[in-house]
Amino acid sequence: MDSEHGKNARFGMVIDLDRCDGCGACMIACAVENNVPPGHASATERTGITWMRVAAVESGQEYPAADVAFVPMFCQQCENETPCISVCPQNAVEIDPATGIVGQIPQRCLGCRYCMTACPYHARYFNWRDPAWPEGMDRQLNPDVSPRMRGVAEKCNFCHGRLHAAKAKAAAKGSREIDPADYVPACVESCFQNAIVFGDLNDHESEVAKLARGADTFRFLSRLGSEPKVYFHSTRPWVKEMAESTLTRSKKENGHG
Amino acid sequence: MFGSGLALALFAGWYGFPRILYRSETQPLQFSHAVHAGEKAGMACGDCHVLDAAGRFHGIPGTAKCAECHSAPLGDSKEEKMLVDDYVTPSKELPWRVYSRQPDNAYFPHAAHVALAKIPCAECHGPYGQSEAPRVYEVNRITGYSRDIWGPNISGIASHPWEGMKMDRCVTCHATHGRRDGCIDCHK
Repeated sequence: MDSEHGKNARFGMVIDLDRCDGCGACMIACAVENNVPPGHASATERTGITWMRVAAVESGQEYPAADVAFVPMFCQQCENETPCISVCPQNAVEIDPATGIVGQIPQRCLGCRYCMTACPYHARYFNWRDPAWPEGMDRQLNPDVSPRMRGVAEKCNFCHGRLHAAKAKAAAKGSREIDPADYVPACVESCFQNAIVFGDLNDHESEVAKLARGADTFRFLSRLGSEPKVYFHSTRPWVKEMAESTLTRSKKENGHG
Repeated sequence: MFGSGLALALFAGWYGFPRILYRSETQPLQFSHAVHAGEKAGMACGDCHVLDAAGRFHGIPGTAKCAECHSAPLGDSKEEKMLVDDYVTPSKELPWRVYSRQPDNAYFPHAAHVALAKIPCAECHGPYGQSEAPRVYEVNRITGYSRDIWGPNISGIASHPWEGMKMDRCVTCHATHGRRDGCIDCHK
């Protein structure tokens, strides 16, 4: 776009489900980066907060065809009719036209949790309690991310604190264009398998844009038409089929009470 | 009768209320910007208030920065002797009260404003670089934030562009310059 604002980006990800071994390093890195406190003793999959959550999905076939896939699930950064934005009565969710990132503004959120109901990916979480860290752990909080208060919803924002830092670094050199190497979300950085590729989908020469256009790349629940900016890759047919159904969820989550 | 009631109410609101709302604290050192940034030392703002190559702004310098010149007293002022004896020699940090401390979710990158937009420091900070001593630090008893955030005028009307650090000041300037920013550009 115009030089005054720098050019518009559309940040996105491609995750290779054939590489993910479900180690969960991304979940830990995400929580540490984004000041998500350890879950309360009574927290469940529903009431705990995991911006990034790796789900194990089984193919349901008998041995020797039995197979399992690990699916990191988090905010898919929907671009079209973004479900959480369209339901929010507070305008507490917005899509940034400069980056394509769906942002959550905790101070505006009134805690109705309509967005959580609307999200097809179960990527939104609610602060049932004020955040609390065990003695000593509060000293490792990330100063670039503000902790949220009780009573508001939250979710992945592609490590927006890291985008701030990358922009500030570019600005110090008098530039509006960030160096892609300076903006890497925590989950991408922590992945031992290099299963996650992150970058600007608008930059057609970037690795992420090439992979997103490539074969065997798909998005979860694409039939909804919400145009997520998180892509997945797998050569296994059953994994691709699974992406169009709802995720298999644990008995605990599906149970009543 | 009405007139005296009005006068009493105005007096209570304009004179009494700020004195109840704010508690005054003095800074630990009567630092003179006039001496350091003036003709005597001729330093620039950025010499102490460093914006580093990673775009991080370091704000108030640590004692180590003072010690670069003041490892021993250069003059005979009482304040300088106190700085050397109480802070530089035992390498203790000065417990400055920070006028600019904002709520945790506010994000202000100095890099974008100073290095990129080339806004002079005084445009937002006023003539503070020429002051002889730090102002009295007034802290809001309810919020715990400095009076500088609201501005010196209790009605919230600023008589200078550098008075007050509320969000509407950010928004007004950004709107004037045609910036189109989302919430998460200035909030974290």
